[in-house]
This record gives sequence, C-alpha cells and structure tokens, in this order.
Amino acid sequence: MLGPLILGVWMTGVIIASFLYMPATQGLGEMGRIIVYHVPAAWIAVLAYLMAMVNSLGYLRRGQLHLDRQAQVNAELGTVFCLLATVTGAIWSRGAWGQYWNWDPRQTSIAVLLMIYAAYFVLRSAIDDPDRKARLSAVYAVLAFFTVPFLVFIVPRIYFSLHPDLINLSDRSFNMDSRMLKVFLASLAGFTGLYAWLYKIQIRLENLLYRLEMKRSE
Amino acid sequence: MEIKPLPWLKQSLAVWRKDLRIEFRTRYAYSALIMFAITTLVTVSFSVGGFALDADISAALLWIILFFSAMAGLARTFVHEEEAGTVTALKMAAQPEPVLIGKYLFNVTLLSSLTVLVVPLFLVLLNQKVLLPGVLVAVLLLGCLGLAGASTILAAIVAKAGAKSSLMTVLAFPVLLPLLFAAISATRMAFAGGLPRAITTDLLMLFFYDGTAVVASLLLFEYVWNE
Amino acid sequence: MLNQITIKALSKAYRRRVLFKDISLTIPDRSAFVILGPNGAGKTTFLRIICGLIPATSGQVEIIINGQVLTAREKRNQIGLVSPDLALYGELSAVENLEFFAGVRGFSFSLDRARELLHLVGLQGRGHDLLNTYSSGMKQRLKYACALLHQPHILILDEPTTNLDESGVALVDKIIKQHKQRGIVIIATNESREVAYGDQTFTLA
Repeated sequence: MLGPLILGVWMTGVIIASFLYMPATQGLGEMGRIIVYHVPAAWIAVLAYLMAMVNSLGYLRRGQLHLDRQAQVNAELGTVFCLLATVTGAIWSRGAWGQYWNWDPRQTSIAVLLMIYAAYFVLRSAIDDPDRKARLSAVYAVLAFFTVPFLVFIVPRIYFSLHPDLINLSDRSFNMDSRMLKVFLASLAGFTGLYAWLYKIQIRLENLLYRLEMKRSE
Repeated sequence: MEIKPLPWLKQSLAVWRKDLRIEFRTRYAYSALIMFAITTLVTVSFSVGGFALDADISAALLWIILFFSAMAGLARTFVHEEEAGTVTALKMAAQPEPVLIGKYLFNVTLLSSLTVLVVPLFLVLLNQKVLLPGVLVAVLLLGCLGLAGASTILAAIVAKAGAKSSLMTVLAFPVLLPLLFAAISATRMAFAGGLPRAITTDLLMLFFYDGTAVVASLLLFEYVWNE
Repeated sequence: MLNQITIKALSKAYRRRVLFKDISLTIPDRSAFVILGPNGAGKTTFLRIICGLIPATSGQVEIIINGQVLTAREKRNQIGLVSPDLALYGELSAVENLEFFAGVRGFSFSLDRARELLHLVGLQGRGHDLLNTYSSGMKQRLKYACALLHQPHILILDEPTTNLDESGVALVDKIIKQHKQRGIVIIATNESREVAYGDQTFTLA
C-alpha cells in the first residue's frame, strides 16, 4: 500500500515543481514545461512496446500463455502512453510551429506505431481461441516490428524534422537548465514507477480473468 | 528450420501451378482485384476530368488504387483453402515453406497481371506523362513484389482468424506504409523527373523492404501454419 | 529394422475439459489398431495428434521407421490420412489432384501411376472430371487414392466407409487387409464390422 502512496506524492511534487520551481525554457518559453510530461510519456511508450515485443518473441519460443498476457498488458500500456505522448506533442507543436499536426518524422513514426498496435488489438478481438489468438498476434507484432526501421530511413527523406533534440550530439551537452533537469529526471523516475505500478495491477487483473474463464469452461 | 532451396522450389512451383489452375477456372481473386481497380480508376478519372494532376497527387492515387485492389484479392488464396477444407490435405502433404513461397509467387503473378492492365489505363485516363519509363517499370515491379511479400503471410493470419472481411486492410496498412511511402516518392520522380541519387535510394529501399518481407515471412510462417 | 508407433502418456484438454488422459501404448508393425468411443470422445482429435496436425496437451507420439524416430517434417511422407474433414480440390480433376499432391510432396508424377490408383479405387474413366461433379462416395474413393499415392508406411483412417456403397466398402476391406500385411493401419470407427480388423483396440470414454 505504501508504494502507490509514495508514487502519488512524488508525481504531485513533480507537477507542482514543473510549474513553480522550474523556469520557463529559453526559446520555447512557457510551452517548454510540457517537456516534463511529453518526453517521459514517449520513453515509457517505447519501453512498454519493447517489452511487448520481448514477450511476443518469448511466447513464440516457449508457447506459454502467461507470456501472451504480459505482451497484451504491455501493448495496452504502451498505447496509453503513446497516446499521451502524441497529444502532448501535438499541443507543443501547435505552440511552437503553429500547427497541431504536420507530419514531422517523429509524428509520422508515432502515428504508424499507434496504427500497428491498433491493428494488433483488432486482430486479437477477432480470434476466440486463446492459443491461436496468442500465436497470430505475436507473429503480427514481430512482423510489424521488422518494418519499423524502414520508416526511420524513409520518412526523414520526405519531410525534414523540426523536432528539437534534448541531447546536442555535436558538442555532447545537455540543452537544459539545471533546475529543469532535476524536475525532468524526477518526472522520468515518476513515470517509470507509474508504469511499473499499472503493469502490476493489469497483470493481476488479466491473470484473474484468465482463471475465471478457465473455471467457467470446466 | 532446415533450408533446402532446390526441393522447396519444385514444391513451391507445384503449389503455384495448382493455385493458378484454380484461379483460372474460378477467376475469383482476379475479378475482385480488377473490379476494384477499374471502379476506383474510373471514379478518379471522372472527377478529375480533362486536367492533368500534379505528379505528387497522381503518384499517390496510383498506389492507393494498387494497395486497395491488392487488399481485395490477395487474401483469397489462404481463405479459400480454409473455407474449402483443403487445408488439412495441404498440411498433411506439404512443408510450410513451399506453401508460403508458392502462394507468394501466385500473389506476385496476380498483382503483376493487374498492374500490366491498370497502369497503362491509369496513364491514359489521367493524361499522365512519364519522363522516366524505366524507373516506373522498376518501381512497379519492386512494389508488386513487396505488396505480395507482406500480404501473403498476413493473408494466412486473416484466414486463421476467421476471414473477417476488413481485417486484411487493417493489418496490412501499417506494415505496408514504408513500402507505400518509398514507392510513391519514386513514382513521382518517374513521372516528373528527379535526381538519379534520390531515385536509386528509393529503389534500394524498396528492394530491401521486399527482401525483409520475404525473409521475415519465411521465419514466422511456421507459427501461423502449424497449430 | 524396427517400425512402430509409441504413444507415451498422451493427454489432450481443451481449456480444462479433458478429452483423454495418460494414454500409453505401442502399435507394432504389420498390425491394425482400432480406436473406439462415442461421438465427441476425441477419436478424431487422437488421430489428428498422431498426424501432427494439432499439438497434445502433454505426452508424446513417436513414429519409428527403420529404427529412427521421425521428426514432424519427416512424418508427412510416411502417413496417409483419410478423414471426413480432409477435402480435396473441387476445382481440379482427379488426375490434377494426384499430380498436385505428388508434386508438393516432392515426388515425380506419372500418368500411369495415376491411372493405376484410379483403377484401384474404381474411378477409371472419371479421372479428368472436376471433383465438383463427383458424388460424395466418389470423393471418398479418391481420398484413398491420395492417401496411397506416396506409398506411406502408416495408413490413418477416420470413419473409413463414410458415404461408400457396397463395392466401396469391399474396396476399403481390401485396402486395409493388404496394408496390414506390410505396414500399420489405424482406424477410428464405431461400426462392429470395422472393429473386427483390429489386432488391438482402445476405447475412449
């Protein structure tokens, strides 16, 4: 019970600090505060999708149904955080570039990721048998994953990116004020904790639902 | 997975011949493909009238027509096996890989015969000039190989998922997006001209996409095919 | 060299509904094995597991030919299956069906062999008609031709005489008796006449 409580206090602290303690950023102004939510959400989306991929590959290797449930929960959480990252990104894009959506390479990649997992959920809902559902959706997830690298090459050739980089590669320095960095890192830790907590709850729920299903079919 | 190219090729050709023979007698998949392509093409041409479109727009239109036609017909090979109940006999007789390769070759055949018919019609109806015909042929060829490559294993998935009608399009779209982006970009340059370097990059991208789609399908197909 | 089928602690359950549990037995060479049981007891499932079409929940089926345990891929050319849920291609003729199945198994095909098989199952003269024009009894006869095409060591028959007339039943009788002399026959049935073929029987509850 203590974990969620600490998490709640921590995240509240991050939210307050992001408005009161952290200064407005150079260039981006007040809009820059969204970085504290946008980047960690995107990070968790990538992390959760990667975990879903590992679970899917694990399922294909070993055929254990609990790995499929883990893949499903990770895909769901990845999609929730991906949506958060997309929405915060669009708000920021409106402030910085004047448009909510302009097919920046990162926006394109994130939209394709969302489409892949939307298709993944449609596929899952179309199949009743649990083993078949697990196998086919794992194959689809892995197949889709093979095509993602092509986007990374193709899209920037068509549209140039205006997306700011957090880490400046040429002089290897962080483009961030030290107070901002503190809040940002705190938020990153908070989001990761949030993900871990949500994952634990969802897995427990899915396991219970599975056991209930098994009981009913007896 | 043990790789035996020569026997695989012979067995794949047996599957390909069988599917072609059945298709020739029923024309189910081909008529779906053609009907879809012609209807959309005529609609587009009618609404555009006599104007020539920008190369940007007509390149995108061409690939939208090809993509949705492919979705209308390419799932058929696997769905038919499942519906007719012949899938058990096929599983008892064939290794998974020749089945996939045979069906892939069949889908390539279907798509290229569609392309040969639809693309000239498209160019005529939309008054589209082609500055680099060689590039256009290369893009169409690589594009068909890629469309068929990714669609064949997806067709197998759709067939096992009970052949729900719109599932094929939903599953294929995100997977085929990189192919479509590159193909549209190269087609635009084939219509209106472009830097040789940019064209080569797009064609290379298509080439690698095609290869990746086939290899990934071969690696994953056993999981779809066997229970 | 040793030829036999060894079934070790085979179980199958759909979710928690157990079809059968811990079946262990050995089917020796040159014998017929009959599996009995009421509808829904899992006879077809049992046969499909032996064929490698569906996985068992636990346990193993080892098919041993010439002292070697066959892999899943090697099994294909050693098993001939006749079953109500196995369909042949209706848009192809009988000869084209045989040609396809020979090709896809990696065997060369000859018209003489096709004619010989069609004669055996009593379909001579109908080899070039499309299967869609066949009666269900004729389709059943052609399934025997397809199952024997690659001269498998093991013949698996699910309800062997469905849809067959008297001469068809006699034909099946001949095929089973001949195959018993040189290989293994596995039959799932409830008809007492067919049960009599079994050197060994097993009843699923």
